[in-house]
Amino acid sequence: MGKNLGKTFLVFLSVLTLSFALHAKSDKDGHDDHHDGHDVNEFDAGATAFHHIADANVYSIGPWSIPLPCILYAPDKGWSIFSSSKFGVVGHHGDGHKAVDGYVLNGGSVNRIKPGQGFPDGEVELFSVEAFEKDAEAGHAMHPFHHKKIDGKEVSYFEYDHKEYLLDSKSTGDGGLFGGGITSYYDFSLTKNVVAMLLMTFFMIFIFIRVAKAYAARAGKAPKGLQGFIEPIFVFIQDEVAKPFLGHKWEKFLPFLMSLFFFILGLNLFGQIPFFGNANVTGNISVTVVLALFTFIVVNLNGNKNYWGHLFAMPGVPKWVLLILTPVELVGVLIKPLTLTLRLFANITAGHMVMVIFVGLIFVFGKSGQYAGLSYGTAVGSILLTMFMMAIELLVAFIQAFVFTILTASYIGAAVEEEHH
Amino acid sequence: MMNNILFLSGFEVIKPDFGLFFWTVIAFGIFWFLMSRFAFGPIRDALKTREYDIQSALDESKLARQEMEKMNSENEKLLAEARAERAKILQEAKDTKNEIIKEAKEKAKQEAQKIVNAAQSEIENQKNEAMAAVKASAGNLALEIAEKVIRKELKSNPEQASFANTLANEIKLN
Repeated sequence: MGKNLGKTFLVFLSVLTLSFALHAKSDKDGHDDHHDGHDVNEFDAGATAFHHIADANVYSIGPWSIPLPCILYAPDKGWSIFSSSKFGVVGHHGDGHKAVDGYVLNGGSVNRIKPGQGFPDGEVELFSVEAFEKDAEAGHAMHPFHHKKIDGKEVSYFEYDHKEYLLDSKSTGDGGLFGGGITSYYDFSLTKNVVAMLLMTFFMIFIFIRVAKAYAARAGKAPKGLQGFIEPIFVFIQDEVAKPFLGHKWEKFLPFLMSLFFFILGLNLFGQIPFFGNANVTGNISVTVVLALFTFIVVNLNGNKNYWGHLFAMPGVPKWVLLILTPVELVGVLIKPLTLTLRLFANITAGHMVMVIFVGLIFVFGKSGQYAGLSYGTAVGSILLTMFMMAIELLVAFIQAFVFTILTASYIGAAVEEEHH
Repeated sequence: MMNNILFLSGFEVIKPDFGLFFWTVIAFGIFWFLMSRFAFGPIRDALKTREYDIQSALDESKLARQEMEKMNSENEKLLAEARAERAKILQEAKDTKNEIIKEAKEKAKQEAQKIVNAAQSEIENQKNEAMAAVKASAGNLALEIAEKVIRKELKSNPEQASFANTLANEIKLN
């Protein structure tokens, strides 16, 4: 049995190595004119990693792209709701060959053609699929969307009917700090991350309701099966996180802490299932900020007199010191959820990026497939490194879920602590 | 450098996305609500009940064991007492037996002594009787002999014969 498994594993490894090396070869022209003005054969590992960890309006599993519902809102023209299959994805970069209602699919994400450029509404064929496939067969894939810098800002554009049309990215809430900001439309689509989150949510609910039913049906008996798998984790969070920090109030907050832990853990692990889209959900700041906001609300809604007293008028401190201390304490209240947000986001994103970059090494050292031998050689090392990283990421998935939960517990604990003087 | 900012411009995950924000609120809200209501709450309560049950079962068994130990020691005490009682009774019975045997022996001895004494006195009596009889018969024999002797002499001496006869008659009268 053990010997067979070892053999199967070796075969699996070599197939992986081969497929990556082949992919490197076929991608010779893959990313060429992504970056105008750069060396066309230069493989940009960073940009590739950014692309792979980002959210998308299609769910790609291997060569297949599963269309997802697009729910778009533009203040000047209202809601547009349709399936992303309407864009007609071609190739493996998630580019759509059609424009729908002034929207296009650029690298898996919906972009809006900047309004006021006179682009026609409705479904518009941007380029012909036949031409695209012919180009792909000839070895130099067509790239309908390009980037250029306008006022130091990177903007996507495409050519249609001998005219350049600029694209808008969806509105983001960073206020231009990270190159985003409010644009001409909002994207409320069921994106890859949303679908992954909903799948995980329903899967977890299904599992846990079964476990809860097992507890009801087998009351007073030893745990069995799924129940036996869940119980140690549950009891660990209950006894090591909830009880020490919350004292006799642990029962009230246990469901919230458990929800946080299992939601984060589930999504961390979901993103690590190989060949299943690797949705980087907990590595997206929009998700972690929501979780941290829930913590923030729970902490401050449950803060007692003691908590607010310590915040605004720390007992036993001279009045003039309060002038300095109170602002510091108030900033602390906001920094707590902020650190929660960034810690989880940074850890998970870093893990996903490292994985992509390790695989990207094959393209870097093989000069995007120009040197097949180097590609093959690097593939072996890179797969070993990736496997090592995956093992570590598995650990990180648990650690980050645990850390988020234990910090939340400590914040709630501080907010509900009774006076003890 | 401008390049750095451009580099970040591809870093989509750090830009808070309203759609994802909205859907995360919905998803986590559903997750929290349903899980608290149908999973975490009931599991927490079931675990608490079970923990309580196990603790009380342990406590009960401890109590029962203590009770049992107490009972055992009592039993032992009773047993020891019974044993002592038995030994005492046995000792008493032994003593009684010995006494009875001793008494019986004494009685038997006395009885035997009595019988022996009676036999001795009987023997003595009979011996005396026999002696008397022997004496009498010896006396008679001597008398007869003496008579015969005397008669013979008397034959030769009639005077003496008559005197002897008179004497003899006198004796018979006695």
